[in-house]
Amino acid sequence: MSAIVDAARPLINASRFRAAHEAEWMRLEALLKQIEKRSVRVLSDDDLLALPLLYRATLSSLSVARETSLDRALTAYLEQLCARAYFQLYGVSDLAWRDLGRFFTQGWPGAVASLWRETLAMAFLTLAGALAAYFLVRSDPTWFFGIIPEGLAGGRDPSASAEVLRATLYGKQEDGLGIFASFLFNHNAQIAIFAFALGFAFVVPTALLILYNGLMLGAMVAVFADKGLGLNFGAWLAIHGTTELFAIMIAGAAGTRIGTAIAFPGRQERMAAVVAAGRPAAIAIAGVVLMLAVAAVLEGIGRQVVTSDAARGTIGMAMLVAWLLYYYGIGRRHANRSRD
Amino acid sequence: MRTDRATRAAATLRRGFVTPEGVDLQLELGGAGTRAAAFLIDVILMLLLLVAATIALFAIDQALRAEIAGILWLIGAFILRNGWFVLFEIGGRGATPGKRLMGLRVVARDGVRLTAGAVLARNAMREIEVFLPLSFLGAQTATGTADAFLTIFALLWSGIFLLFPLFNRDRLRIGDIVAGTWVVQTANRTLSADMASDAERVRRVFPEAALTLYGIYELQTLEDVIRGGDPAAQSAVATMIRRKTGLADDADDAAFLSDYYLALCVRLESGLLVGRRRLDKFGTVEQ
Repeated sequence: MSAIVDAARPLINASRFRAAHEAEWMRLEALLKQIEKRSVRVLSDDDLLALPLLYRATLSSLSVARETSLDRALTAYLEQLCARAYFQLYGVSDLAWRDLGRFFTQGWPGAVASLWRETLAMAFLTLAGALAAYFLVRSDPTWFFGIIPEGLAGGRDPSASAEVLRATLYGKQEDGLGIFASFLFNHNAQIAIFAFALGFAFVVPTALLILYNGLMLGAMVAVFADKGLGLNFGAWLAIHGTTELFAIMIAGAAGTRIGTAIAFPGRQERMAAVVAAGRPAAIAIAGVVLMLAVAAVLEGIGRQVVTSDAARGTIGMAMLVAWLLYYYGIGRRHANRSRD
Repeated sequence: MRTDRATRAAATLRRGFVTPEGVDLQLELGGAGTRAAAFLIDVILMLLLLVAATIALFAIDQALRAEIAGILWLIGAFILRNGWFVLFEIGGRGATPGKRLMGLRVVARDGVRLTAGAVLARNAMREIEVFLPLSFLGAQTATGTADAFLTIFALLWSGIFLLFPLFNRDRLRIGDIVAGTWVVQTANRTLSADMASDAERVRRVFPEAALTLYGIYELQTLEDVIRGGDPAAQSAVATMIRRKTGLADDADDAAFLSDYYLALCVRLESGLLVGRRRLDKFGTVEQ
């Protein structure tokens, strides 16, 4: 039997549907192209107001198309159009400078303040390491070489004379201060990010890193205290150390937060707990990097220029008080920590 | 709803993503290969930038004899290593140049906007995923201390973290897990022609029996064949349909297929109106 010829035009839903809505889709697509190529700012006010309406209209087109039309190309087209519009409407962040302002007034201090428990634990760990190393080295100086690698000691070991040690504290260095500061920043900031990321492995590497940091501190203090230079070393260290050690503790605390969220998610799902811990901890790490930049300037330049113990100590303490006020004065109000 | 066999192969990377309006957008996740390629492109771009900046700063250093070049290099290297991914992903596109090139985009899994915290978290974790194994390797080749235990540990570590996306359904990196993000493939297609565009032509009418043969799966495969425009495939499909329906060959495969498609589509769509969704030729009906 041959096919019979008929004049009536068969109407599929896709055709009817396109006739009714194609103009909307095309306009949305044109607007999206403009935004994706440059930014939302290129749109006129009319277009900007039309964007969410067009998005909702297209979204409803998609729902209808899925239920009534069997044209696969049409549904695929509408799916990608809706997804692109969704990302532009819901996925884009605020103006960058406003975000940045909020980071300094709320995000950063708030994130650090919410880590107070972990920070306290890290401070305890540092102190424990420092005390242990101090007493070990004081009782038996050979311990020093087990704790501090030779390259880092730079002659500041138990066998050095008081004069040599004193020279390392007050020796003036004129050249390359800037390079020295940027090198310190680069190195320390990378270590801080590292301490954060390592927290993922159930905190163990992070805790070891922080403990080791404390051990090195204690061993150095022991060497200088042995020659009666304890206070001088304290001042030498304090000018940048209050900022730097605090920053390292916060980095460790951020890592700890993630590790504990993985190990003990509480009532939340494990994945949700990690995300809830990870995002604020990462904000805190961005703050830590800035703190370390400040510390590097203090260490690389400030310490070389300021050589009196009193001034060094005062600057160090002032920085510590400033950080504490910033974090636990301002930050506490913005710290939202889920009760678990 | 989406049980048709054609999308089954690709469906492993399709994920439901419900908008606040309550519509499921069905996003497609970026495959492991695509993401590795995007990462490689980014690394190459970063290296190129590093080399260019180093040469420029070296020239400045030679000319000025000041330490400013060294400072800029150290700070710049830090910003490049840690900032490249963060700054590009925080921007409106949610993608680094490499991801853009591969059509990828970073999206928060819960559908809210991508926050700075999430971007920072997912990229800080790169430290243990990529840079740690690299420095392991670097340190070992530098000192030549191929300590067997350390090598095994380094390989195990890099294996776990680098290949982590392959071990989970959603292709999540460690960074994605901590940040609550995933990477989706962004499609960018244009609206293809209407299947009933050549409307002014007189059309064939098919007997009732010829239209009860197939379901939605076959209809959409036919759509692909027609849109594909390959004469050999069209001829083969037309011959098959003619044989099954017992229709005579009228030597115009393209028009025959187009008419058959429209007739079948109208019939299946009228079935949808009364809630009958015939999925395939075996007559599987949804629910």
